[in-house]
Amino acid sequence: MATLTINGKQVDIDVDASTPLLWALREQLGLTGTKYSCGIGICGSCAVHVNGEAVRSCVIPVSTLKATDEITTIEGLSADGSHPLQRAWAELDVPQCGYCQPGIIMTAAALLKRNPDPSDADIDAHVTNICRCGTYNRVRRGIHLAVDLNKREKSS
Amino acid sequence: MTRERVNISRREFLIHCSALGAGFSLGLYVPFNSQADEAASSQTTEVNAWVVIEPDDTVIIRIARSEMGQGTLTGLAQLVAEELECDWSRVRTEYPTPGQSLVRGRIWGSFATGGSQGIRGSHQYVRKGGAVAREMLIEAAAEVWGVAKDQCSAENSIITHKPTGRTTSYGKVAAAAAELIPPFEVVLKDPKDWKIIGKPVKRLDTVDKLNGKQVFGADLQLPGMLNAAIEACPTFGGRLKSFDNTSVGKMPGVRKIVRVGDNAVAVVADSWWQAKTALDALPITWDKGPHASVNSASIEQMLDDGLTATRVFVGNRNGDIDKVLKGAVKTVEATYTYPYQNHATMEPMNATALWTRDRCEVWCPTQNGENAHEAATEAAGLPPDKCEVYKIHLGGGFGRRGAFHDYVTQAVLIAKQMPGTPIKLLWSREEDMLHGHYHPITKARMVGGLDDKGNLMGLHMRISGQSIRASINPRRKNRMDKFVFQCLLPDGDHAISYTVPNLLIDHAMRNPPVPPGYWRGVNINQNAIYMESFIDELAHAAGQDPLVFRRKLMTHHPKSLAVLNAVAKNAGWGKPAPRGVYRGLAVCKAFASYVAACAEVAVDDKGILKIHRIVAATDPGHAVNPQQIEAQVEGSFVYGLSALLYGECTIKDGGVEQQNFNSYPSMLIRDMPKVDVIIMPSGGFWGGIGEPTIAVAAPAVLNAIFAATGKRIRRFPLKHADLRPS
Ligand code: FES
Ligand code: FES
Repeated sequence: MATLTINGKQVDIDVDASTPLLWALREQLGLTGTKYSCGIGICGSCAVHVNGEAVRSCVIPVSTLKATDEITTIEGLSADGSHPLQRAWAELDVPQCGYCQPGIIMTAAALLKRNPDPSDADIDAHVTNICRCGTYNRVRRGIHLAVDLNKREKSS
Repeated sequence: MTRERVNISRREFLIHCSALGAGFSLGLYVPFNSQADEAASSQTTEVNAWVVIEPDDTVIIRIARSEMGQGTLTGLAQLVAEELECDWSRVRTEYPTPGQSLVRGRIWGSFATGGSQGIRGSHQYVRKGGAVAREMLIEAAAEVWGVAKDQCSAENSIITHKPTGRTTSYGKVAAAAAELIPPFEVVLKDPKDWKIIGKPVKRLDTVDKLNGKQVFGADLQLPGMLNAAIEACPTFGGRLKSFDNTSVGKMPGVRKIVRVGDNAVAVVADSWWQAKTALDALPITWDKGPHASVNSASIEQMLDDGLTATRVFVGNRNGDIDKVLKGAVKTVEATYTYPYQNHATMEPMNATALWTRDRCEVWCPTQNGENAHEAATEAAGLPPDKCEVYKIHLGGGFGRRGAFHDYVTQAVLIAKQMPGTPIKLLWSREEDMLHGHYHPITKARMVGGLDDKGNLMGLHMRISGQSIRASINPRRKNRMDKFVFQCLLPDGDHAISYTVPNLLIDHAMRNPPVPPGYWRGVNINQNAIYMESFIDELAHAAGQDPLVFRRKLMTHHPKSLAVLNAVAKNAGWGKPAPRGVYRGLAVCKAFASYVAACAEVAVDDKGILKIHRIVAATDPGHAVNPQQIEAQVEGSFVYGLSALLYGECTIKDGGVEQQNFNSYPSMLIRDMPKVDVIIMPSGGFWGGIGEPTIAVAAPAVLNAIFAATGKRIRRFPLKHADLRPS
């Protein structure tokens, strides 16, 4: 049994404490937007936010999380797909198969929180997700476009 | 009224189909033998097999091919919508099922989504489907108004009676249209009148991919479903001897431990994580079978033997190669080696199956619904009409989910041992790496002969290695496999891009016991690397500029020459590059499209390669959606360059060594070059998009590396090469 705070709501889940957060999200809570691909922390498909930082949920046992930790999944990034990254992604048609995209979007969202106007080098350093379809150039453009959208909103 | 004349199968179809359609938008699937809400489904009207219209003018276009990221769903919808003259902003799509196709005499044609066939293999009949529906809708409106049909026209889902200006919409006349006899003949639009085809319209499947709602096979949840994790014998050709379930059977959540076929064991549990944890703890004994001592070195020996063998298949020959090579002023010789590679789709293989004694249903990501249906039927032991397959968007395909449905077979074999319970089988990444259908291993020995002016007089290319077709079906081992000669054949979709006065390209078939498969591009990746690297070697041996050298061989290949010239011009070939940056070229014809690339790279003193930019040109005949073509070019470069830089599955003790992304890396965003895409459709033919350009990225980079370092890399992947200046 564990108590977690996910997308702003406290939930009690009945899992073995060693279960990775990824599988608790997917199987106990039905939040299947967070994907499994490698299970060893390499690919980033399973990225979620814990207290605003992007983490790879496949290697985080539920036992290491406290009830006060704020966990955000792709389903909780925005209520209506209005996060600047989601809008930029839609504008540029970033996804191909889409499987890696929730992880990439969550990773990029955490980067923008820390660094509202990342350089290409910052993007290279932080977005280490694997996308086998090869959406990388649009991902990069999407991050820059999200920054623009953000700026435009602030100035208007 | 209007419904009566429609046959029974259509009524059933509407029920099933709308259940599935609704399921797509909710991310939830309703098994087709459950009680679907018929009232809701009777609102929609199937005008014909391709077009369903709702009273509110929503247009649902049926797509038989699979969407795996390549944009086919949107492209095919564009083709239908163009002729249908419907309002593009109201278009949705849905997949018909293979079971329905069977009942309706394969009305949707092939479901196969591979070989870059999605658009080029079906453009004719899907456009016709749209045109026929349009004619029926117009005729229905004319009948209602009591006017002549040819006084009416349609645009944007609105039908207008021209003399009076009266209008109605598709949604209002769809039911009446469905009752009409389809016109026998329709005329398709002249490409110059296209309004939707050729436009960079947005994909229809993006929104749900941004918020976690898109359901992939691995995400499926059915009421009462259990989860299965599987392990097959890690040695090819090995079998499951036994397993000991005494302690593992009692682990949390575990429901059953079952044998799957003759080579695998699966644990079925409440959650997949429980199943996987239990499987990892399960003592298993394997019978390693006849290939347990096969390794990469023994395979290479087989291939080396093929390089000089005399029993070969000839793929392309003209002139007298032996004579010319003997008389050549200068001969150049080189041997290239290409490894096995895994598809490594981001979503591992998976399928969900529900089996009862009289019905079997499967939900799965597949590139070929009909093949999946066949696999399900065979494993279920039921007649085809008692089985159904529901396709789900794929988390990547790249060829892995087209010809091989081993994961479907396994899911059904497990479900059969738990009748009435839906079972979702999900492979771990490790399982996915160890049980692929690998990009086949080949080597090539190249010999070229130059005359005293540096003209290429003769070329012999000997390919030694695996045939996919013969490995799948050993009876084919005495027949030539045309796939081996992709982009090297005398003519056709995979014609060689050069005219060489004396030419011999042959294949010594060597089939190691590692299962090969169709991998994005199939053999064009290897073949283009061999040919385009070697043409570069010859140009340098002749002391000529690689562009000039190629052009001389391409006078009979104007479309190939056009794409090559386009990249050379755009990249500034012949003009100085930025300091430390070097260029390389490659050209190829594959899947009926003409492609070329110019790569710009730098290599520092530590031997670190940086790919700065690739200029790519493609002539696919007709370009349905330019912005998606651009995405496919960029994407196939990532796939092809990942293979070039890192992709390698080595064999030890009869199995694959690399088990996850730590030992089988991919390019990351930091490795990604700028890509400039030139789309130059010359019209008159339909070429593929998803695969052709993959062929040119790697050789263009290799040729640029040679320009930068003087090092000719002939063994792949590149991670083994020392690029430090010597
Ligand atoms: S699934 Fe977690 S990093 Fe790959
Ligand atoms: S979009 Fe398919 S893996 Fe990234």
